[in-house]
Amino acid sequence: MTQSHRLPDGGRVDRSAPLRFTFDGVAYTGLRGDTLASALLANGVLHVAPSLYRRRPRGIATAGAEEPNALVQVDGPCSEPMLLATTIELYEGLSAAGLAGLGRLDPTPDQAVHDKMHIHTDVLVVGAGPAGLAAALAAGRCGARVVLVDDQPELGGSLLAGRESIDGRPALDWVAEARTELAAQVDTRILTRSTAIGYHDHNYLLVAERRTDHLGPQPVPGISRQRLWHIRARRVVLATGAHERPMVFAGNDLPGVMSAAAVRAYLNRYAVLPGRRPVVLTTNDHAYATALDLVAAGAQVAALVDTRPEPPADLVNSARGAGIEVHTGSAVVGTRGHDRVSAVRIAELDADDVISGPVREVACDLLAVSGGWSPAVHLWSQSQGTTRYDDDLAAFVPAQAAQNVVSVGAALGVLDLAGCLGGGFAAGVEAADLAGFPSTAPSVPPTSVDRPPARPRPVWLVPGETGDPSEWSDHFVDLQRDATVADVQRAIRAGMRSVEHIKRYTTIGTAHDQGKASGVSATGVIARLLGARSPGEVGTTTYRGPYVPVSFALLAGRERGALFDPVRTTAIHPWHVEHGAVFENVGQWKRPWYYPRPGESTAAAVERECRAAREGVAVMDASTLGKIDVIGPDAGEFLNRVYTNAFAKLAVNSARYGVMCRADGMVLDDGVTLRLAADHYIMTTTTGNAAGVLDWLEEWLQTEWPELRVRFTSVTEQWATVAVVGPRSREVIAALAPDLDVSNDAFPFMTARETRLASGVAARICRISFSGELAFEINVAGWYGLATWESVIRAGGPLGITPYGTETMHVLRAEKGYPIIGQDTDGTVTPQDLGMEWVVSQRKPFIGKRSFRRADTARGDRRQLVGVLPADPAVLLPEGAQLVADAEASVPTRALGHVTSSYRSAALGRTFALALVAGGRERLGETVYAPLPDGVIAATITDPVLYDPKGTRRDG
Amino acid sequence: MLLIACPWCGERDELEFHYGGQAHVAYPADPEGLSDAEWGEYLFVRDNPKGPFAERWSHAAGCRRWFNVVRHTVTHQILASQSNHPVAAGQPKPVIA
Ligand SMILES: [Zn+2]
Repeated sequence: MTQSHRLPDGGRVDRSAPLRFTFDGVAYTGLRGDTLASALLANGVLHVAPSLYRRRPRGIATAGAEEPNALVQVDGPCSEPMLLATTIELYEGLSAAGLAGLGRLDPTPDQAVHDKMHIHTDVLVVGAGPAGLAAALAAGRCGARVVLVDDQPELGGSLLAGRESIDGRPALDWVAEARTELAAQVDTRILTRSTAIGYHDHNYLLVAERRTDHLGPQPVPGISRQRLWHIRARRVVLATGAHERPMVFAGNDLPGVMSAAAVRAYLNRYAVLPGRRPVVLTTNDHAYATALDLVAAGAQVAALVDTRPEPPADLVNSARGAGIEVHTGSAVVGTRGHDRVSAVRIAELDADDVISGPVREVACDLLAVSGGWSPAVHLWSQSQGTTRYDDDLAAFVPAQAAQNVVSVGAALGVLDLAGCLGGGFAAGVEAADLAGFPSTAPSVPPTSVDRPPARPRPVWLVPGETGDPSEWSDHFVDLQRDATVADVQRAIRAGMRSVEHIKRYTTIGTAHDQGKASGVSATGVIARLLGARSPGEVGTTTYRGPYVPVSFALLAGRERGALFDPVRTTAIHPWHVEHGAVFENVGQWKRPWYYPRPGESTAAAVERECRAAREGVAVMDASTLGKIDVIGPDAGEFLNRVYTNAFAKLAVNSARYGVMCRADGMVLDDGVTLRLAADHYIMTTTTGNAAGVLDWLEEWLQTEWPELRVRFTSVTEQWATVAVVGPRSREVIAALAPDLDVSNDAFPFMTARETRLASGVAARICRISFSGELAFEINVAGWYGLATWESVIRAGGPLGITPYGTETMHVLRAEKGYPIIGQDTDGTVTPQDLGMEWVVSQRKPFIGKRSFRRADTARGDRRQLVGVLPADPAVLLPEGAQLVADAEASVPTRALGHVTSSYRSAALGRTFALALVAGGRERLGETVYAPLPDGVIAATITDPVLYDPKGTRRDG
Repeated sequence: MLLIACPWCGERDELEFHYGGQAHVAYPADPEGLSDAEWGEYLFVRDNPKGPFAERWSHAAGCRRWFNVVRHTVTHQILASQSNHPVAAGQPKPVIA
């Protein structure tokens, strides 16, 4: 097809680079430099898709990120939904389809790379229009580090869309010179195609850079598709410009109703004539330039309608001089047309915005509307800066800054070019000065727009020709949400007064565009319907990031798949993989869960592993247990204060189980601590809690007891730990450590021995048991972990040594009633609740001790750890199941407690569970019930120690 | 994300730090001598001002030192940052025998 609406010359498009594309299955041609929207308009295509709820035809309404209508889905290896035709740069072969408000998520994995960069800068300038460029130039000349961010492919901002001049030459010549100068500054970085999406605390901004989207949908080798910049700036200059507001009148949603500034951009930047017989409707000076540019481009401007009774005479004269009929003190009160505007209805308004004269109908194919200018205060507001309503500008403008930031140019409500340049220069110099680079501002060159615009006359709600606001259901306030004046009126009649409530009731401002262009118009309508004097009395809704929608892929960056979270593996991990272990995640650790034989079920594997540990010998990789060196002359005193039991007098080469509590008396962690020397202990912690415990120790040492001479070092990775468990474990240790007397008398329970293994590796062997069986832990330097594990497997081979995982470890410990902190406890459990009065010293002070006398901590009906045996020994209680006293009780009823651990036990020949039950130790023998979706499970409360309660197996 | 000045390492992103709650809430010298109400006050009751707030931070992913910060709870402006450690305070370094 020919580009029927392409102007013969001009624009920022490359006529030597035609690009083929398809939209909704139809083939077209555009030019390099086009957006999808400008290429469609060049081909006379205005309509994009029907609206989401009312299925009304909707067309391209703007030329930028504020676009409410032109949502498309772009095809590719992984199709992208919810993109804007107005911000997609055209490329060869682009294929897209219009969306009625909802995209389709493509389930194909996206192969494109997204990444992140973190940088610091003295000055961050957001927006490369005249004000932003001036600020960046001035700051850069001072020697400050500058980052200049702009969402367009080329610098210039609003100057790209106009025909202004600076210093007697086309403004874009000045832009080109600025770009050359900035590029030559070594400490200035220019990020184009980059949108500042978030302004966070302490001048921390997120910027989304589109690096290859303009090249096509295929991933480009070696270049990330998009990059998320994390920028920390000493000073931020916001030159984010302003959005032109739509106006609210009957039929304002017809395709062909378009922002006047967008029409000007399509004319001058893209060399596209969106309509041949346009009408221009305005509340302010700005749209006169659009009308004159339309005439210059060959359009027949059918009328210029200005709401102001007396617009500036020179503007009116220049329009009339160009042959345009100007209607002052008037507005468009309705449109005609089916899928495109074919005529507008024009009427005079009196001072109260009431229709006061006859309605005239004027044929047209485009209505260019300027409802006024709203400074883009989104980032400013995200930075917690306040705004105020300016009656002269009829806009919300930045007021009080909350961070080290300043707004300039149109973002501040400055709408003349000279004011933008002057404000930009001053802000750039000031920013550099604050960053330690003092200088003076450059002088402002003369420009073609040196005069601020005359006062606008906003007409927030153009009345319908008939009826009242409750009937104005074709006066659209939010196009994407299909929300109208009638909807707002209904919200107000329902009692809403706050703009935040009305927003939620009507969904105004909640679509992809977040009401960028229409938000202040909506406030104006609300103010009008509430009878407020101005929108300032109503206020705006909260501006939240991101400023434009971004993909989750961008936010995730490289943190996907294997790089999502660091994976910790032990020195012995390769053996586990090679021998078919099934792994479970414990924090970031990969731990063998169990080692199934071919065809073996989980339950069968765990039963086999448990049997080996109880009847023969089994081996587990315990390297993930947290290990902390506690070193210094006051190490014993320190441990006495953090553990509930005493460690200061522990003999060298002896070990002791300890529990630590928070100050409120609740159990924080537990583990075995071994004394290696008078001033050296090694503490073990729960696998998932090692970092937290180290933080806890540091906190008390540094903030409460800095006089204690003790230091902590995490040595978890430095040691590999192999647990050899079972009645025949002593034989394995004897074979491995020929120099060691492994007899019970020479090497008793809870002691440690330093020895050299047969392999020559130095080892520390401890007699520690987490299963109730005779057991040894071999600790070697991490380097020797794998070789030592393999030597254990070899030495135990003749005895049928069996590797086991965390599931078996859990069953074995639960059979003995040993709790796991974090599974059987939840931060509300005391040592006494666990039945561990024996671990709580009565003779020394320690953290949490005072809390045991608090009434709540001392009461007898606290939830206590007990064993629970289902009446049917084959039934497994689900962990987390609530327990009640009465099987027939109607819900809701008060739970006695809940199941914390539940397993099948080979040793017991039945299922069993641990539970926290109110006053549990007084309920031994009682029946409780677990009401579950599939029925009620009855169970009996028992002592938690179900296996070998007398501890006869510990010494083999 | 806040930018927090560690007295030992300088300005770092908030994600390197752990928050430690209100500063200057000392562990009572004699917990056993306190009434339940007094002990409960120590355990559970903290200030929650709108304005400057002295609080503790730990440079957990850095030097591991605890220090105090005065932060404005509305603007998040950090008004002061100081170590309570004797070395940072110019006192002699503790000796480890
Ligand atoms: Zn630090």
